[in-house]
Amino acid sequence: MSSEPTIALGVAPVGFRGRIQAIAAGRVAAGMPAPELERRLIELGFVEGADVEILHQGLFGRDPIAVRVAHTTIGLRRREAMAILVSVGAEP
Amino acid sequence: MSVTAPTAAPVVALVGNPNCGKTALFNALTGSRQKVANYPGVTVEKKVGPLTTPAGRTVRIVDLPGTYSLRARSPDEEVTRDIVLGRTQTDVIPDLIVCVADASNLRLALRLVLELKQVGRPVMLSLNMMDIARKRGIEIDTEKLGRELGLPVVSSVAVRRGGTDALLAEIDRRLAAAQGATGTVWMTPDASALRRAQKEADRILASVVKGQGRPDSLTTRLDAVLLHPVAGLVVLLAILFVMFQAVFAWAEPGMDAIEAGFHFLGDLVAGLPLPDLLKSFLKDGLIGGVGSVIVFLPQIVILFFFILVLEDLGYMARAAFLMDRIMGGAGLHGRAFIPLLSSFACAIPGIMSTRVIDDRRDRLTTILVAPLMTCSARIPVYTLIIGAFIPDREVWGFVGLQGLVMFGLYTVGIASALAVSFVVKRLIWRGKPGEPFMLELPDYKVPQARSVAIGLWTRATIFLKRAGTTILSMMILIWVLASFPQPPEGATEPAINYSLAARIGTAIQPLTEPLGFNWQINVALIPGMAAREVAVGSLGTIYAISGGEEATDKIASALSSQWSLATALAFLAWYVFAPQCASTLAVIRRETGGWRWLWVTFFYMLALAYVAAFLTYRIAVALGGG
Repeated sequence: MSSEPTIALGVAPVGFRGRIQAIAAGRVAAGMPAPELERRLIELGFVEGADVEILHQGLFGRDPIAVRVAHTTIGLRRREAMAILVSVGAEP
Repeated sequence: MSVTAPTAAPVVALVGNPNCGKTALFNALTGSRQKVANYPGVTVEKKVGPLTTPAGRTVRIVDLPGTYSLRARSPDEEVTRDIVLGRTQTDVIPDLIVCVADASNLRLALRLVLELKQVGRPVMLSLNMMDIARKRGIEIDTEKLGRELGLPVVSSVAVRRGGTDALLAEIDRRLAAAQGATGTVWMTPDASALRRAQKEADRILASVVKGQGRPDSLTTRLDAVLLHPVAGLVVLLAILFVMFQAVFAWAEPGMDAIEAGFHFLGDLVAGLPLPDLLKSFLKDGLIGGVGSVIVFLPQIVILFFFILVLEDLGYMARAAFLMDRIMGGAGLHGRAFIPLLSSFACAIPGIMSTRVIDDRRDRLTTILVAPLMTCSARIPVYTLIIGAFIPDREVWGFVGLQGLVMFGLYTVGIASALAVSFVVKRLIWRGKPGEPFMLELPDYKVPQARSVAIGLWTRATIFLKRAGTTILSMMILIWVLASFPQPPEGATEPAINYSLAARIGTAIQPLTEPLGFNWQINVALIPGMAAREVAVGSLGTIYAISGGEEATDKIASALSSQWSLATALAFLAWYVFAPQCASTLAVIRRETGGWRWLWVTFFYMLALAYVAAFLTYRIAVALGGG
């Protein structure tokens, strides 16, 4: 794990680029247990070291967001994206 | 059934991520010989098709529901898991698993392959859409990938002639080698196992793929508009509007032709030297009744055409993305958008496709409101009434008034679905944060004419089968009710006034009187409980028998002379809500595993229908439409 400063992907603006540092499902009050949320995020490719970029967001509450992770685009809500900790400014 | 492969034929199962082009590959391999049925006990569609390999081997190809993992989270994915693991009650036990991957989007697929390897059955990987990957500058060393994975890897282009040759040859080689199943070492992976597997997949990917690959430029440019917070929603609404206008405008020539065909048949029968009663049965009961339903085939085909094209294009996931927050406000999950949109065609596939929603509460809410979406079975009823009562003119210079009223009825259906789910969320499932919304937004793909054609063919066949069974038998019942007992000698009133139908209709009159319904409507409502569109044929039969030979051709003109505008509007309002579809109720019972939700749906819809029709009638009368 790197010592770079991290933020939650859930608070990042459109156009944000970064690299995933950790999946911390425990800090999110999602509609499912934390281990399950973690597994689902991993199954969609959100693992440590992957590059992410926020491409789009919805009209209301800037939610949901469309995130490019490696070469796949995933739509998800900001609430669940709070579980994805990213370092800022990784080169894509 | 010469096209059906013998049961003993080896089974090849196609497994892959959603949107990997698996179904296009399945279509390319089996063509129109595929059979769509359900797995026993569940309503997951089972798609099986025969295939003869180059070596002359007959195999059965099974297309399994798309999944990211064998860790089944929804009924759809359970089917995939159970078949892959050979745990099923059916005869479908795969002799070979073909993992299908989108070559331009390999990352998640590779993790699935690693998982499939643990199952202990022969596995191979087919890199689909190789042409697209190459165009985007992605070079894959398939030989090295095969060595890394320890599996045979072939590339395929499902949509090109000869694009599946390598796959077929490899299937032959694998089946000839006749490796049996070894013991499975697959266990439900936990987060750290998944993480390890994904990192291993990433390592392999980095070693076999040359060229970073650019993001698909077409997708990037389209999404700049289609996923734009404001423009995206405007486009979505415009697409829906065009879709509903097209259902009316484009369908007309086809409907006219079908109508003329049945009219010709009716005249032919009328000219035959047969007893009057038999003639009436053939002309009014069979030809008139079934014809009045089949005439809507063009509209149903057009609606499904739009749904299939949007789905294949990759737009449906975008629609769910755009609608998630809006539907969330009403207590619905973004994923409910696709089931609800399918419900515009028919609530049955709509309710079945709620299986993509993993959370039980979200799923039940969607199931409850799905029947409120305007399904194609309502189109016949709406078209008939609108055609008879709403003048055919243009407003604002370019929009047909009839189409506009239709659009209005759709809007009422949507608004009430949102309102009901809002109430359900607040009253029944208080609190509790909802299920996460996570959905892959695949790259746009040009829809393949062949795959759309196969989809349309399947849907049209299902509709015609229904017309030939449920609807036909209801038509015969209605004719019997409307024809017996025969009027006494020297009767002065029209024959139907002496029939059982008239007696039943009159008996429930006190209940429907406040809605402005006459006994003819009451009679039409009874078989309409089995299937909505039957009401049209029933009204046709009733008014044909009561009006004599001359009035048979135009139900609409009969209605406009016998109903008040208020009655017509109340009838429309009734149809927006009424739970008049036995098959939908049956599917709800099956999907929810009990009678409870069936009755909840039935009574809440009935209550809404009654209140809506009552209010519409009273208001219309008060405004002078009585």
